[in-house]
Amino acid sequence: MTEDFVQLLTPNGEFRPHLDYPLEPDADLLRALYRDIVLTRRNDVESTALQRTGELGLWCPVLGQEGIQVGAGHAMRRDDYGFTTYREVGLFQVRGVDPVELLQLYRGNSHASWDLTRVGLGLFTIVIGSHALHSVGYAMGIQRDGADQAVLSCFGDGATSTGDVHEAMVFAATYAAPVVFLVQNNQWAISVPVSRQAHAPLVQRAAGYGIPSVRIDGNDVLAGLAVTRVALDHAREGGGPTFIEAMTYRRGAHTTSDDPTRYRAETEVEHWAALDPLDRLTRYMESAGALDEAFVASVQAEADAMGERIRGAIRGMPDPDPVGMFNAVYAEPHPQVEADRQAFIAASTGQLP
Amino acid sequence: MTEMTMVQALNAGLRRAMESDPRVLLMGEDIGPLGGVFRVTDGLQKDFGEQRVVDTPLAESGIVGTAVGLAMRGYRPVVEIQFDGFVYPAFDQIVTMVAKHHYRSGGITPMPIVIRIPYGGGIGAVEHHSESPEAYFAHTPGLRVLTPGDAAEAYVTIQQAIACDDPVIYLEPKRRYWDRVEVDDVSAISGGPWTSRVLRQGIDVTLVGYGPMVRTMLEVAEAATEEGWDCSVIDLRTLSPLDLDPVFDDVRRTGRCVVIHEAPTVLGIGAEVAARVMKECFFHLEAPVERVGGAFIPYPPNRYEKHYLPTADRILDAIEQVMSA
Ligand SMILES: Cc1ncc(C[n+]2csc(CCOP(=O)(O)OP(=O)(O)O)c2C)c(N)n1
Ligand SMILES: [Mg+2]
Repeated sequence: MTEDFVQLLTPNGEFRPHLDYPLEPDADLLRALYRDIVLTRRNDVESTALQRTGELGLWCPVLGQEGIQVGAGHAMRRDDYGFTTYREVGLFQVRGVDPVELLQLYRGNSHASWDLTRVGLGLFTIVIGSHALHSVGYAMGIQRDGADQAVLSCFGDGATSTGDVHEAMVFAATYAAPVVFLVQNNQWAISVPVSRQAHAPLVQRAAGYGIPSVRIDGNDVLAGLAVTRVALDHAREGGGPTFIEAMTYRRGAHTTSDDPTRYRAETEVEHWAALDPLDRLTRYMESAGALDEAFVASVQAEADAMGERIRGAIRGMPDPDPVGMFNAVYAEPHPQVEADRQAFIAASTGQLP
Repeated sequence: MTEMTMVQALNAGLRRAMESDPRVLLMGEDIGPLGGVFRVTDGLQKDFGEQRVVDTPLAESGIVGTAVGLAMRGYRPVVEIQFDGFVYPAFDQIVTMVAKHHYRSGGITPMPIVIRIPYGGGIGAVEHHSESPEAYFAHTPGLRVLTPGDAAEAYVTIQQAIACDDPVIYLEPKRRYWDRVEVDDVSAISGGPWTSRVLRQGIDVTLVGYGPMVRTMLEVAEAATEEGWDCSVIDLRTLSPLDLDPVFDDVRRTGRCVVIHEAPTVLGIGAEVAARVMKECFFHLEAPVERVGGAFIPYPPNRYEKHYLPTADRILDAIEQVMSA
């Protein structure tokens, strides 16, 4: 690709420093990025397999998008806050969401069960676009608190068509909210190509809102890290929002229920496979002497152990206690919910109401 | 007659409607090459072209809002909302514009828009993919609301909905999408869809429901015979307008009525049915009208859904309740 975008790591694994987005990748950082991409990928493989064997109802593959997700995750400070869709498995990995907790959602045991405060991520939003507004509102709260924090707001190319994302950009610009919009342009919204969502590069859209924007190579974990970090710093320093369009590709199906052969050519997938984020990081690390066999083996072992732990926890995980479905509907007691809970208990113990 | 799934029946009905009226066009997310996530529009873009089967940007308010404009221009848009839980971004357009436009224009501009929404639970889906929003729409004057109970109904009523000059919220019970029945796809369509259907006449209890509950009610009526209870089964089919005369007639004979839906019982369609049955059949009632529906909680994670949905067991309990009153 000869696109005009920020790239620090070429597909061949050459490092090209960028004046505006400084980064000195030392071996520790590279290894941390490598580890998170490998673990994300393993999570993806394990979860897909668990869906295939009926242990999960659904899974949303992430293959191909790990670079930007892991890079952006590492750009966040621990006390920054993120809002995501279902797709950001790489970000979940970096922020420490336990895959077993995530998979309980896809198993149907819970709507979400990770500790929001611990991982600093909002519940992920399936209703496309709506969390972009929550991101801005959260950022407006940070402003009022005078806190040294920023918000990362992730959504897809499809989401950019929604009214909520448009309104989010308006609010963010109006209040100079400390938020970074990160669009993963993975070229598709289920079967609909990005050309149907935008007639001009998405990155250009931000200008109309008065929001600075930048397009980056989303398969380059270092660009993802460096650019998102600059944008988050800018936001924390009171500079207002930034819009990042990360060019990437969903190489898997939209979800395990989807059949991409109906709408796209295999050659397209192959084209993007050659731009794989892990391959280029591996090449670079090898050439920089940052990837020794022992380290690779240790990450592999960690991935194997994680896979085993996921399988062990999910396979045959018991259904939740049915009465639990009445919990947490309201923060304060609500007589209707209580009445329904009692009626349910009475009926399930064989008493007619 | 052809045996079809509800998906196939809807596809065939849409095809016929498009063939018979060039102003009919389809709009929605992923309805083109993919044929919709449930394949209801499979092959239609290939046959009718991109001007008539329109893959839209991801924006429900945009889809319905532009459908309003197309309707003003004389087209008959049939909109697909991908899942029940994604209709809400379009709620403003539907309630504020689609429903009221004819009234606001003093009867000059009709709004012949059909909004198809796969709804209801029971398929083990993730959040926002199992909801039953019918009461919102049925509570909104200006909208008509239809929901087919099986493939044969779907084939006919989708065409009637499209032919109707009023906006129709067309709720497709997604867990019945793959059920097969014989569909009469030859005879001319007669009558209208704005009536309820008596599917079975019994002497003890009148079961009233619609959409996904139609099959459940028929199964329950079968099972109830083992207990010696002889049930009537009425498919409401149209939720706005409601056609309750057949229900009143039946309840006057049975003296007992159970209304069933997946949506929360509180302030649901069943509340309206129960209130009217009480007024119209007061002196014939042997027991208070029972309602079986969702608890007053958001649609739960799917491992709970067998406890949340009106199952045969729960309906049989309600029958026992009215029988022993
Ligand atoms: C409001 C809304 N409409 C429709 C859907 C159904 N849907 C789920 S994902 C999706 C495509 C999203 O595309 P994009 O924003 O590019 O994210 P990606 O899946 O590519 O990561 C659609 C249409 C939804 N979840 N929410
Ligand atoms: Mg996308």
